[in-house]
Amino acid sequence: MAEKAILSGNEAIARGAWEAGVRLASAYPGTPSTEILENVATYKDIYSEWAPNEKVALEVGVGSAIAGARTLVAMKHVGINVAADPLFTLSYTGVGGGLVLVSADDPAMHSSQNEQDNRNYGKFAKIPVIEPTDSQEAKDFVAIALDISERFDTPVLYRTTTRISHSKSIVTFGARREAERQPLLEKNMPKYTMLPAFARMKHPLVEERLLKLKAFAEETPLNRVEMRDPAVGIITHGISYQNVREALPEASILRLGMTYPLPEKMIREFAAKVDKLYIIEELDPFIEELVRLMGVTVHHGKDLFPICGEFSPAMIRELVAGAAADLPAAAEGLPARPPAFCPGCSHRGIFTILKKLKVFVSGDIGCYTLGALPPIQALHSCVCMGASIGMAHGMTHVLPPTDDLSQKTVAVIGDSTFWHSGMTGLLDAIYNKGTSVIMILDNRTTGMTGGQENPGTGRTLMGEDTITADITALARAFGVPEVVEIDPYDLKDIEDTLRAELAKPKLSVVVVKAPCVLRYRVSKPPLKVDVDKCTGCKRCLQVSCNALGLVVEGEKSYVQIDQNLCIGCTVCQQMCKFDAIS
Amino acid sequence: MSKTTNILLAGVGGQGVLLASQLLTAAALASGCDVKQSEVHGMSQRGGSVTSHVRFGEEVHAPVIEPGTADFLLGFERLETLRNAHCVAPGGMIIYNTMRINPSTVASGVAEYPEGIAARVDRYAGKVHPVDGLGIAERAGNARAANTVMVGAISRFLTFPDDLWERVIRETLPAKLVDINLTAFNLGREAVAA
Repeated sequence: MAEKAILSGNEAIARGAWEAGVRLASAYPGTPSTEILENVATYKDIYSEWAPNEKVALEVGVGSAIAGARTLVAMKHVGINVAADPLFTLSYTGVGGGLVLVSADDPAMHSSQNEQDNRNYGKFAKIPVIEPTDSQEAKDFVAIALDISERFDTPVLYRTTTRISHSKSIVTFGARREAERQPLLEKNMPKYTMLPAFARMKHPLVEERLLKLKAFAEETPLNRVEMRDPAVGIITHGISYQNVREALPEASILRLGMTYPLPEKMIREFAAKVDKLYIIEELDPFIEELVRLMGVTVHHGKDLFPICGEFSPAMIRELVAGAAADLPAAAEGLPARPPAFCPGCSHRGIFTILKKLKVFVSGDIGCYTLGALPPIQALHSCVCMGASIGMAHGMTHVLPPTDDLSQKTVAVIGDSTFWHSGMTGLLDAIYNKGTSVIMILDNRTTGMTGGQENPGTGRTLMGEDTITADITALARAFGVPEVVEIDPYDLKDIEDTLRAELAKPKLSVVVVKAPCVLRYRVSKPPLKVDVDKCTGCKRCLQVSCNALGLVVEGEKSYVQIDQNLCIGCTVCQQMCKFDAIS
Repeated sequence: MSKTTNILLAGVGGQGVLLASQLLTAAALASGCDVKQSEVHGMSQRGGSVTSHVRFGEEVHAPVIEPGTADFLLGFERLETLRNAHCVAPGGMIIYNTMRINPSTVASGVAEYPEGIAARVDRYAGKVHPVDGLGIAERAGNARAANTVMVGAISRFLTFPDDLWERVIRETLPAKLVDINLTAFNLGREAVAA
């Protein structure tokens, strides 16, 4: 009997890459895509790496594919924006060995800054889009996508959503099938050198390829009609397929495993067989618009279903069958439990002081973005990876010189985000005579996604020792005259340093060095509160640490420290004016 | 096995909710069920609310349990239990760890931890089993094994064969943690009356 296991969609994609003979995989971590490469790295037949950003990850993949190897590149939805430049021209060059680009989209924005629907990239870049509906398909579709990539000489956009990537279901394993083609460099300039003269020859071929893919869409088993009761027919895909099956077990379904280009003939035939045609898809009306353009009558799509957020079976049942469930009400008035800096986190002291100074904090993407949440609320903008430095630079060039700290800017960016795309912002700021203060929080990991390696950690994804890129040396090499290194557990030093740097009319870089306590399991003996000395003033609570809690006993209130959570970082101790914490 | 069993797990990031889900899904798989499990990683890990959905039966489609359809709510902290209590189906059961973990909003003094949670939880289900998960885990030898105590408690009400659980724990956990977790599991199982 074939081996079975319960795998998440991401684990299944990694397994699928191994079975399909992939030789190289590259990615930058990003929820909900991260576990794909973490799991690929467990298969030693595949060379795998964390690239510093998604653009580089795809370029590494393009090189591997041109050299003839089967290749997988993975990223979260917004990562495709970063990688869009190579992607659009890769569509013209085509591949050598098959190339699958996984885009893990995040409807409902569980861990993202926007909710973009990356199926649009398939249409925009004129490449096929493949979407699995569970973990078995997540595995099997990798090999199918690679076959399509090689047969049609195109990269394939392989789209998942959070509920596909992070849901687990049963997967039956297969063996690894090595690609017949061995890596070998082929010098074919008209194919791979996109000068205008060569690119002009390629564009008509891309249009021809789309027509061939349309014909293929009619015959591939990726697209499948399930006829049941013809009263309601639903065109759906991805996780929505599972939700439709749960909500409306009798409905007829056209299940699209390939959502671009669409099988027009199959859609027309399905529409003719059902009384009412629904299109159920999360986010954009991507399928719906294309089907309406065919002139097919769509009874309901985005007129009923929202463009924002995820769907549930209950929502589908209610909107299609009009059956609203009578549900008990959720308990009201409960305190929220937002994510927070871990007890002992090196970001806590930094944000405590940034809040005190009342500066505008130009933030970035990582754990430190949590500095925007209550009670700290000291991070005032966050747009995309690496944006903090460029944005701060733009602000300082239009604001008048002032001593008012509330009109001054501090950019805050983590080490992994700095390597990703903060470096170029810093180069711009120093080259163009910026005056902002740039804090680089170097905790030697890619924290928010679970602690991945990066160029500053001295280790690779495959667990090998390597160079440790040096932020301070790099800033100096860029020509930054003032690079200060500080300890994030010394509140007075943080405040003195920031005040001094903010007073200077020139750019400065403050590198904050301390390892992520979660990733590196940093721990010192927990602190305790002397109840007799504690006045219950709550000053220590301003640092927002989950190990602290106020106890009220009649007239007396005092703070207690959870001995299971505290790791002795001393930030709360430094806030105490009564010497009550030790 | 025609009906799907829905178990909603709710707790705080860092409590081992995901490992508990893993034990439940492994047991379901070993018993020949179709099974799906869903959770969301990322920001929620940093001390935020965490839920995990486990569904098993003959054929499971959607990976997420809908409000009002959970056969079991397995709570790992009492506030998080109350927050998710409305997800329990009529006739469903709530089994929860009575321990308290302050949310950051409470820890920083901007909100208060609610009083009287037990009575409010009771209103959502006919069958409610509060468990001193932390105390039992400490007796088993490690406070971090409270998640396995809770799996032991719910195991009473699931129809998997008894010897299956030990096998699943041995196969899922690193060797050095197996003994403590087996103890935690058995103490949890004894802590609730079937």
